[in-house]
Amino acid sequence: MKNLLLIAYLDLKESIRANWFLIYSVVFGGLIALFFIAGITESQVMGFSGLSRLLLMYIQVTIIILPIFILVTTVRSISGDRDSHILEYMLSFPISLKQYYWGKVFGRFITVFLPVFMAMVFAIGYGAFKGASIPWNIFFLYTGLLFAMSSAFLGIAFFISSSVKSSEMALGLSFFVWIFLLAFIDIALISLMLQNRMSEELILSIAMLNPMEIFRVAAISLFDPELTVMGPVAFTILDTMSQGVFVLLSILYPVIVGVLFAFLGYRVFTKKDLV
Amino acid sequence: MIETTNLTKKFGKTVSLQRVSVTFNKGDAIALMGANGAGKTTLIRLIMGYYHPTEGQVRIKGADPITERVEILHSVSFVPQLPPPIKLSLSELIAYICKSSGVDKELIFHYAHEMKLDIKPNLHKSFFTLSGGMKQKFLIAVSLAKESEIMIYDEPTANLDPKARDDFYRLIQSKEQEKLSLFVTHRIEEVKGIVNRQIYMDLGEITSDEAC
Ligand SMILES: Nc1ncnc2c1ncn2[C@@H]1O[C@H](COP(=O)(O)OP(=O)(O)OP(=O)(O)O)[C@@H](O)[C@H]1O
Ligand SMILES: [Mg+2]
Repeated sequence: MKNLLLIAYLDLKESIRANWFLIYSVVFGGLIALFFIAGITESQVMGFSGLSRLLLMYIQVTIIILPIFILVTTVRSISGDRDSHILEYMLSFPISLKQYYWGKVFGRFITVFLPVFMAMVFAIGYGAFKGASIPWNIFFLYTGLLFAMSSAFLGIAFFISSSVKSSEMALGLSFFVWIFLLAFIDIALISLMLQNRMSEELILSIAMLNPMEIFRVAAISLFDPELTVMGPVAFTILDTMSQGVFVLLSILYPVIVGVLFAFLGYRVFTKKDLV
Repeated sequence: MIETTNLTKKFGKTVSLQRVSVTFNKGDAIALMGANGAGKTTLIRLIMGYYHPTEGQVRIKGADPITERVEILHSVSFVPQLPPPIKLSLSELIAYICKSSGVDKELIFHYAHEMKLDIKPNLHKSFFTLSGGMKQKFLIAVSLAKESEIMIYDEPTANLDPKARDDFYRLIQSKEQEKLSLFVTHRIEEVKGIVNRQIYMDLGEITSDEAC
């Protein structure tokens, strides 16, 4: 445990010094700042306004860019160290592979989760200071969603990182995973739907296996389900499931996906040549 | 202390190590030599537990270096062929080493000083920003401070100036008793004075193994 925390701490320090971390924090903090400057909180669109609207916009942008940020920055953490022979030296000390791997995962989790979370806290704080009312239920839901999203993609990234041979390969694969989840699945399912080959329920459940789709629907689930901004998928789901169950599912399922992939990555890490 | 039996390692079709059976004992100081690509580094990585053998096995003090890595690595010091571009600062790297291996920090400073490396003004610097020779001196200082029974050096003097090489061999000599040390080298004249056994490798096999 002591060694695990040591590795997490050192990874954290290394990340904070790295350029990518700065860009990462500036992007998400800047997003919030931009929303305030653009006056999103003052506009009234389709019934929701103020901070709720700002948080909704934030989470919608985040759903798209957070996964690729996490994948690109994390996917090299094991494979890059292997390529550059850093692993060869660091693992010549009596540290178990378990402590090393999970220490890295833990340290990375903090680096990817904290900036996106803090940006939201900043929004709440600044909004409150400006006298807006704070939508706590949305804030808590989105905290859960960000947590789940970070877990899911971090797990996938670590799996890729320990599985592939080189860090370039890892990078390529992470782009593929992102595009695949972001667009290909939807396009494929829509075309299936149009052809009427499969029942709508089946297509919907396939869509829901994709964590990115879950996040999209969950992000708007607290708003009025009658709203036209929601796609047909979201509408059907919120219609068939109670809101509470769905919210729980939307957080639990991606966390499980992430933990599962992280475990697979650990298995591969211990079973393959280390350097 | 270290025993390999029929140790074989293949990477795809390349056979890097072929049925190597060898025993290294306490008190041995070995020069491991051979042409580039002979399989020296591969042998060392198998001993360190980094590679899974294709066939055969490695035993260090009777234990498997992969499944018992933590216990075994407590008694092994290792300096790799190339100093890796570690991004941690020297003080962080020292913290990692001291906390994970119970090494005395002052001892690292002591041996670094003996190697003519002044650590104190460089503590906040990233390890990879040091010069090649400085990196190697640091890794050597750590390997000595760890006070291990087994010392493994994969061409440790490649980047060192002649003065530093002398320092290194002087320090090694003063610590060699009751230990097992293994030096990969291409310059036998350099290690002649400190080794008592010479092993030559070629094409993944041990071609000669003589006391000297
Ligand atoms: N990870 C790897 N994948 C594929 N082939 C490898 C790998 N590591 C080593 N080899 C091959 O195994 C052979 C032995 O390599 P090794 O690094 O053990 O040689 P060496 O004796 O240390 O050489 P040098 O004196 O140049 O350091 C070489 O032909 C090398 O190409
Ligand atoms: Mg070599």
